[in-house]
Amino acid sequence: MNARADERREPWKDPRAEAYIRVENVTKQFGDFVAVNDVSLSVYRREIFCLLGGSGCGKTTLLRMLAGFERPTSGRIFIDGQNMDGVPPYDRPVNMMFQSYALFPHMTVEQNVAFGLKQEGLRRAEITDRVADMLGIVKLKGFEQRKPHQLSGGQRQRVALARSLIKRPKLLLLDEPLGALDKKLREHTQFELVNIQERLGVTFVVVTHDQEEAMTLASRIGVMNHGRIVQVGTPLDIYEFPNTRFVSEFIGNVNMFEGRIVEDEPGYVVIQSPELGTPIYVGHGVSAAPEAVVWAAVRPEKILLTREPPANTKYNCAQGTIKEIAYMGDLSIYLIPLDSGKTVRVTQPNAFRHAEARLTWDDRVWVSWHESSAVVVTE
Amino acid sequence: MRSPPLRWSSGVLRRVGLTGRTVVIGVPWLWLLLFFVIPFLIVLKISFADTRLGVPPYTPLLDWVDGKYLQFRLNTGNFMFLLQDSLYAQAFLSSIKVAFFSTVFCLLIGYPMSYAIARANASWRNTLLMLIILPFWTSFLLRVYAWIGLLRNNGVINNILMSLGIIHEPIVMMQTDFAMYIGIVYSYLPFMILPLYANLEKHDQSLIEAAVDLGCKPFRAFMLITLPLSKPGVIAGSMLVFIPAVGEFVIPRLLGGTDSLMIGRVLWDEFFLNRDWPVASAVAIALLLALVVPIMIFQRYQLKATQSGAAVAGGRG
Repeated sequence: MNARADERREPWKDPRAEAYIRVENVTKQFGDFVAVNDVSLSVYRREIFCLLGGSGCGKTTLLRMLAGFERPTSGRIFIDGQNMDGVPPYDRPVNMMFQSYALFPHMTVEQNVAFGLKQEGLRRAEITDRVADMLGIVKLKGFEQRKPHQLSGGQRQRVALARSLIKRPKLLLLDEPLGALDKKLREHTQFELVNIQERLGVTFVVVTHDQEEAMTLASRIGVMNHGRIVQVGTPLDIYEFPNTRFVSEFIGNVNMFEGRIVEDEPGYVVIQSPELGTPIYVGHGVSAAPEAVVWAAVRPEKILLTREPPANTKYNCAQGTIKEIAYMGDLSIYLIPLDSGKTVRVTQPNAFRHAEARLTWDDRVWVSWHESSAVVVTE
Repeated sequence: MRSPPLRWSSGVLRRVGLTGRTVVIGVPWLWLLLFFVIPFLIVLKISFADTRLGVPPYTPLLDWVDGKYLQFRLNTGNFMFLLQDSLYAQAFLSSIKVAFFSTVFCLLIGYPMSYAIARANASWRNTLLMLIILPFWTSFLLRVYAWIGLLRNNGVINNILMSLGIIHEPIVMMQTDFAMYIGIVYSYLPFMILPLYANLEKHDQSLIEAAVDLGCKPFRAFMLITLPLSKPGVIAGSMLVFIPAVGEFVIPRLLGGTDSLMIGRVLWDEFFLNRDWPVASAVAIALLLALVVPIMIFQRYQLKATQSGAAVAGGRG
């Protein structure tokens, strides 16, 4: 979704682009607990920026500070160039979609959606028009007079979205927007969210713990851990070039080989890892202290499985025995204990329906990967 | 496996229609029958009788005349009397007035208190609720007498004010409507606070945040969200205060003026001073009807609220 060729925009690479949200060294403490720790961040206009992290990592606190429900202990937040310090939520050009949706149970769908406009004191006719428009956008025509408890989960989610978009905010904050929906509905709703975002030209900041959701929605992801932002980048950056062990393990599955750098050249490094057997050759330079403990991270889908040894058995390969196979339809997952004792996870697409040579349990196989497939990460 | 005697006896019980379920449901029904329906029927019967000197001080409804006619006499005169003598209508009206204003005061004082408790730190909430319930551990009468000690001319309040030189002669508070209202509001306040708290405590704070986020100032958010959602609690609390306050007898008697005309007091006087049991019973029946109507309205409202599902405030899931 994020890589539509015709409207690919990457303002974060443009040094002249002005950030729409600027978070400068923001810290939030609750008593002794540091929820958000010295976070700095820029989000650009019309981005979908995902804050991704496990529970308690501070992502929701950061979102609530943007909305104005929490005040930073230190640091500053700028939205559209304006310092937000001391600006109450009702005066911010920001709306929020709550995780529980927070629909007003005593109001109909129409009244819920109209709520924000009524507070602005608009004329009745204009409110009616805009509410009808918005209900059309979120496909809720015909549900105007329902109460929230008469709606399904997906419909409630759309009411919440309509209500938070009705004031045409420049910035919409979404707290786990798809968290309460079942899997099928989630996928569908993800695409709708992105469509609406593109149509209305709103900037989204989304909080989620679901890496899949973040990958499909986001133009950029900020991965958070223990109150800090560990890495900011496009979904591709985060997946293919994680900068720490935490990020590579949090996003998707990964095989980690612990080892020491024995050859450190500008163009490549070689890591000696007892967990693999052969040395690991990584085709790019790294900046790590010599002799430091590092990890070579290899994604399961980048590992090749063969019965015959690979062309070059000097680097990046090992022999093992297939112990578990999980057949997923489109692909299969293999768990393979290597002769070193380390178990590797490998996924292979099931490209052929009848594969005589299909691998099976207890087969002896070679695992190997290309020199560009591994990423070196530090703690 | 049940032992044979138990199986045998439960079989017998079942044959006469006694299962565990009917027993469990039957106990409260039996209780209501014995202590509500039968006394009510007795009072109803007396309300249609005549007074007479003797024991009991009223005539029977069924009588043998000349040893062969069974005479059934229904004296509607007591109820006519209630309608004719304006004393009773006035007493009813002033009771309802007192109960109404007491309810309003309880609401005005109780709402902020319950709101504060519901919003208080979780570790404080139980302590604060305990403080509301604590007075119940002392006898109701003792608490009313304690107010006499506070309010009378040489009571605590007047003594303090005089010793501070703020006033030079005692303010007369006892035997006034003021004292009566204080007594009623004080006694019934917990009945307002508890149901209100139970309602407000369930409110989802994110609803208020959503309202504020959409441009509401906090007070307006309270008026538009919290207040309408607490309506069931307000109604429950108001009923719990209003209904017993209408028939309140002890507090007006002990704290109120001699001229305070409350229906409970009229009832007492009819019964014990005039020894007119039939008229007293008629007053009681009329009072009961006056109270049953609001209860029915309340239950209708509750039924409607639960049917539309709006009784439960706050977000789900």
